[in-house]
Amino acid sequence: MIFARPSQLRAQGILGMNERNADYVMRYNPRRLYPLVDDKLQTKRLAQENGIAVPELYGIVEVQGDAHHMARMIEGRASFVVKPAQGSGGEGVLVIKARAGDSYRLSNGTLIPEETLQYHLSRIISGLFSLGGLPDKALIEYMVRFDPFFESVSYQGVPDIRVIVFLGMPIAAMVRLPTRKSDGKANLHQGALGVGIDIASGETTYGVSGNSPATTHPDTGEPIQGFVIPHWNTILELAARCADLVGLGYLGVDIVLDRDLGPLVLELNARPGLNVQLANRVGLLGALHRVEDLAEIPRSIPDRIALARELATSAHPAAG
Amino acid sequence: MRRGSWHVQILAFVLMATGLGLCWYKSAYLRLPLQPGEDTETWMVQARVTLDARSRPIKASLAIPLNPAGFVVLDEDFISGGFGLAVETDHDRRRASWAVRRADGKKTLYYRLSLAKAAFTATTVPGAVPTYPPKATYDEPYGSAVRALLAGVRQESADVATFTRELLLRLNMSTGDENVELIREGVDNPTDWVHRIVDILQGARIPSRVVYGLRVGTPRNDTPIESLLLVHNGTEWLYFNPTTGERGLPEDFLIWHEGDTPLVTVDGIDRAPEVSFSVTQTQRDVIQVARKRADHLGSVLVRFSLLSLPVNLQNVYRVLLMVPLGAFLVVVLRNIVGLKTFGTFMPILIALAFRETQLLWGIVLFVLLVSLGLLFRFYLERLRLLLVPRLAAVLTIVVLLMAVVSVISAETGMQRGLSIALFPMVILAMTIERMSIIWEEHGAGESIKQGVGSLVIASLGYLVMTNERLQHLVFVFPELLLVVLGLMLLLGRYTGYRLSELRRFRAAAQPPPT
Repeated sequence: MIFARPSQLRAQGILGMNERNADYVMRYNPRRLYPLVDDKLQTKRLAQENGIAVPELYGIVEVQGDAHHMARMIEGRASFVVKPAQGSGGEGVLVIKARAGDSYRLSNGTLIPEETLQYHLSRIISGLFSLGGLPDKALIEYMVRFDPFFESVSYQGVPDIRVIVFLGMPIAAMVRLPTRKSDGKANLHQGALGVGIDIASGETTYGVSGNSPATTHPDTGEPIQGFVIPHWNTILELAARCADLVGLGYLGVDIVLDRDLGPLVLELNARPGLNVQLANRVGLLGALHRVEDLAEIPRSIPDRIALARELATSAHPAAG
Repeated sequence: MRRGSWHVQILAFVLMATGLGLCWYKSAYLRLPLQPGEDTETWMVQARVTLDARSRPIKASLAIPLNPAGFVVLDEDFISGGFGLAVETDHDRRRASWAVRRADGKKTLYYRLSLAKAAFTATTVPGAVPTYPPKATYDEPYGSAVRALLAGVRQESADVATFTRELLLRLNMSTGDENVELIREGVDNPTDWVHRIVDILQGARIPSRVVYGLRVGTPRNDTPIESLLLVHNGTEWLYFNPTTGERGLPEDFLIWHEGDTPLVTVDGIDRAPEVSFSVTQTQRDVIQVARKRADHLGSVLVRFSLLSLPVNLQNVYRVLLMVPLGAFLVVVLRNIVGLKTFGTFMPILIALAFRETQLLWGIVLFVLLVSLGLLFRFYLERLRLLLVPRLAAVLTIVVLLMAVVSVISAETGMQRGLSIALFPMVILAMTIERMSIIWEEHGAGESIKQGVGSLVIASLGYLVMTNERLQHLVFVFPELLLVVLGLMLLLGRYTGYRLSELRRFRAAAQPPPT
C-alpha cells in the first residue's frame, strides 16, 4: 500500500497538517503568545517563577566571542548543554559531556577544541538556527542525566517525552528515543525512534521510526512496548501546568526524566508535530473532539489529569 | 472545513463570480478573444474623388460616414495631395472638405476607412422623430395614379411597415398595372426611383427618407452606391430595400451618407467630379479591433486596461501577471500535494529565470551554479565566517560563477549560456546557504531531495507560466486573477489531508492490533 485512502485516515481520526494549522494552531494559539514558547529563555524564566522544574540555566551568551564570560559560566562544571534560545527541532544543540583540558567531549564521544565551541556559539548568535534567521542568544544549561529506566532503549543522548496538551488537557504522548542515526538527538525527523504512550496508564504502545512501525530499538534491539513510564502522573501534571502558564490551547510539552531531579520541562512547542499519531497508531481527532465536547474543563490540575486519564480509558479500554 | 469558513467561502465566491463575470462580459460583448493570436475580418473602404483642375481655386466636399450602424471604425485617413483638408461634423452628418488656391490637371483625393463588424447591430436607427409631411399635391394624371395605387395598398395592409412593403412590391412588379406604369414614367436611375417613392409615401402622409451606402460583403474595385429607404412608423425608423421591398438593414451595408445631402460637391471645375468606391478585405488582430469596439461602446473596462499601456510595459505585465499562477501552483503543491521546497516562492523566481533560458538549459545552468556554489560554500564552512559576511561571500561567488559561465559560453558559441545572467542571484545564494545547512544537519540525501523538489516545482511553474494560452487569458482578462485569488482563499481553508500525508500515515490507516 503506497497511499492510504483519505477515508481510512479519517476513520482512524488522523489529524492532517492543514487541519492542525487551520483548526487548532490558528484557532487556539494566539500569535502574541508565541514568543513565550519560541524563546526558550522566556519559557525557562516563566517556568522558574511558577515553580515548574526545568534544567538549571548556567548562563547566556549574547555577544560574539565573549570567551571570558563563557569560561566563568562553565567554571567547575564538567558537563553542560549549549542551545539556541530560538532554535527549533533540536537544531544547533550541542551536548558537552565532559571536559579534557582545552577540549570538550560531546555526547557522541567526539572531542572538539575550544575554537569549535566558540564557532558554534557564534553561529547560534548570528541566528543560523533561529526561526526566521534573526540574531539569537545561546543558552548554557544543565546537562540532563537520563533516568536508568531508559538505559536499554537509548543510544547516547537523552530520551524526552512529548505530551500534547489541548485546552489544558493532556491528550496524547510519546517518548522519543535517541538512536545512532539521530546522533543521540531526540528528534524524530533526525532519526530518533518515537514510542507512543497511553495517557491513561503511562504504558508505551507502539513505535515509529521515520514513518514506519517499529517494535524494537534499532541500536539496542530491546523491545519498546509495554513499559510504564515512571513519574507518569507528575509528567501529566507538569504538562498541564505549562499549558496554563503560557495560555496556548494547543501545545506540545517536552519533558525529560533526570536521574536525580525527576521530570524537568525542556521546552514548549506551539506547533507540535503529528508523528505522535503514528507512534500511538491513534489519530488525535478523537481526543481533540472529546475535549472540545466537554461542558467544562476542571480548573484544578489533579481533577483535570484524572479526567484526561478517564477520557483516554473510555476511548480505547483495550490499551488501558 | 468547518466553523467560520463560510466567511471565506462567500468572499471567495464573490471574487470568483466577479472575475468570471467581467471575463464573460469582455468576451461576449467586447468580443475579446479567449484564444491567443486570433484575427478578425476587417474591411478597407476607399472613396476616390477625381477632378479636372483648371488653374482656379477649388473647393471639394465629400460626405463621409459617421458611426455607421453595424460597424466600428478602426481607422480612417485622407490623402489630399496638396489640398488643405478640414473635416466638419454637423449632428449625424460629416463631410471632408478639401480646398486649394490653385491646381492644374487631373487631381485625385482619397478617403480611406477601416471597418470591423460591431459587436451588436444597432437596434434603433438614429434620426429625430419627424413631423408628418404636408399633404402632397400632384400633377394630373400622375396624381390620380398615385391615389389609386395608395388606395389599393391601404386595402391590403395593417400598419406602416406592411403598407410600405406592399407599396414597394406593387411598384416593383414587372407586369404592369397601368398606374404603376404611369408612375414609372421618366425614371431612369435608382436615385430618381427612390425619390419618387418618397414622394408617393408623402401622399400617404408617411415620413420617409433615403440613405446611401455600399455593400462591403464582397471585395471589389468598383462598388456601386446603393440607396436604402427609411420609413417612420410613428415610433421608429424602419429600413426597406427600395427595389425588393425587403425589410431591415442588410448585414454588410455600410451607410455612407444621408439622402438630403449630395455625396460630393466641387466648386471651381468645369466637368463633374468622378467618385468611385473600392472595398478590400483584410485580417486584423482581434484585440486591436475589440479595443476600438470598446471605445465605441464607451467601455471604461477596456480603456483602463493593460492594453492601453506602452508596449514595453505590456510585456512586463505579461510576465508579472503569470506570477500569481505560479504562486497558486506552489499553494497546490505544498498544501494539497505536500512537497517541500527551499523557500516558499523560490521555485517561482527560478521558473521566471527559466523563461529566458528555456527549460533544459535552465535546469542545466541551475544545477551547475548550485553545485559549484555548494562546493565553495563547503570550503567557506571551514573558514568559520559569520552569517552575513558568509552570505555575502556566497552571493559574490554566485555572481562570479555566472560571469564565468557567460564568458565561456560566449567563447564556445553557446548562446543559451549567456542567459544565465538572468538568474536571480540573491535567491541562488540563499538556496545554496539553505542547502548546505540542511546537508550538514540532515544529510546529503535530504538536502538533494529538497533541491530536486524545488527544481521540479520550478519546472512545473515554468510550464504553467509560459503556457501561451494562459498568458493570453490572464493578460487580456486580468480579472481572472480574482478567480485565482478566490481559489487561494478556499485552499487557505482546506483542512483535508495532503497527498504526502496519505503516504506518511499509511501505517496508521488500519486499527492497531490489540
